[in-house]
Amino acid sequence: MTTAREQTPVAYPFNEPEGLELAHAYAKALEQPGLLRVRMAYGEPAWLATRYADARFVLGDRRFSRAEAVRHDEPRQSEAQQEAGILGMDPPEHTRLRTLVAKAFTMHQVEKLRPQVRELTHGLLDDLEAAGPPVDLVEHYALPLPVAVICRMLGVPEEDRPRFRVWSDAALSTSSLTADEAVRNREELRSYMAGLIQDHRENPRPDLMTGLIDARDTGDRLTERELVDLCVGLLVAGHETTASQIPNFVYALLEHPDQLALLRERPELVAGAVEELMRFVPLGSGAAFPRYATEDIEVGGTLVRAGEPVLVAVGAANRDALKFTAPGRLDITRTGVQHLGFGHGVHHCLGAPLARLELQEALLALLARFPGLHLAGDVVWKNQMLVRGPREMPVGW
Amino acid sequence: MAWKVGVDPGLCMGSGMCAALAPDLFRLEGTYAEPVRTEIPEDERALDAADSCPALAIAVRDGARTVGPRP
Repeated sequence: MTTAREQTPVAYPFNEPEGLELAHAYAKALEQPGLLRVRMAYGEPAWLATRYADARFVLGDRRFSRAEAVRHDEPRQSEAQQEAGILGMDPPEHTRLRTLVAKAFTMHQVEKLRPQVRELTHGLLDDLEAAGPPVDLVEHYALPLPVAVICRMLGVPEEDRPRFRVWSDAALSTSSLTADEAVRNREELRSYMAGLIQDHRENPRPDLMTGLIDARDTGDRLTERELVDLCVGLLVAGHETTASQIPNFVYALLEHPDQLALLRERPELVAGAVEELMRFVPLGSGAAFPRYATEDIEVGGTLVRAGEPVLVAVGAANRDALKFTAPGRLDITRTGVQHLGFGHGVHHCLGAPLARLELQEALLALLARFPGLHLAGDVVWKNQMLVRGPREMPVGW
Repeated sequence: MAWKVGVDPGLCMGSGMCAALAPDLFRLEGTYAEPVRTEIPEDERALDAADSCPALAIAVRDGARTVGPRP
């Protein structure tokens, strides 16, 4: 057993907000077994899991709870406690809500959307070509694609994108927002969604929101507040991360011209390429959503006491040499890449099959259309967000 | 009445959903999940797991009838 509990916690998160590098501090942490003691800007100190086996264990073991976080001073980057919605729940409450929407997001269901997603990519690329280079890939490709898909699925008007973009940004912000501002933002997004739900009640249509309303009104399977928050969660989670990963993946490929050339030459590798990019690109600025031990549990040789939080550094775990050969190398021909990019356990990303499909189609269409794709100016990175990625990425072709 | 539980390794993507949801029914030690026992007494959680599986890899049968995932 290590006695790291007595050590002075180190400041966390490690990653720079700009760029997609994995901080050196992770490489050092990965060399040692056990957990690191860290402290974030707000909340109590926490344990940090960096090794793959430890990360997967903590995410997958029911003795680690997300729901406990509300009873603690949760370690976090911003003043306001995150209201994590379904990501703040444990089974069986979590299961009750998750099963209401799980079927819409299975691989089988999502695959049916592929032609629609492909058509969307082609339409957006037509517009890019018409506009002529340089074009901001984020605003005109990476963002509108997942927004269009989740809006159609859920039943949110796409033209409201500028409105919910602001709220969604703030929801994932780690910044300067005071607790009051964060709460106000959250309430605005809730009331926007409540309005849409009301409209769906009066005018049912074949979308996910109507299905959830039915589960509430005829099945009594969730509360009104849960209904609103679930729709908000689907909207925010349904586009923000994919919109970040599309330009992130393009950026990573441009930095690895051999891999980019290989994917152009062999587009049939795209599914594996997306898995490898999910592994390789550390999306998070730092671990978030700590898991609380509900009893004393040993993790990788460190004793975590009941009531202590553990943060899981997925980006580091995905570069663990004990799990992946040459983990720092981007190799799109790897097979069976069991990365933790979509998490693991009961909170494994609900939208993973949809995200995969969107990322595959977005990359394929873009590379096929523009053989000479290149950066055409400085990338402006988001900062003070839970997820990293370009805010603006000018490209030419 | 006993149910039969199966995980299709060709579909399973190792999300860990089932093993986290019902560790006494499913385990994930290697790459693919598997049922702890293939025959179980009726258990709502087996249906929850089948419903939640992102790969739709879990099948629960009552005799010849598929009871999970639920329609």
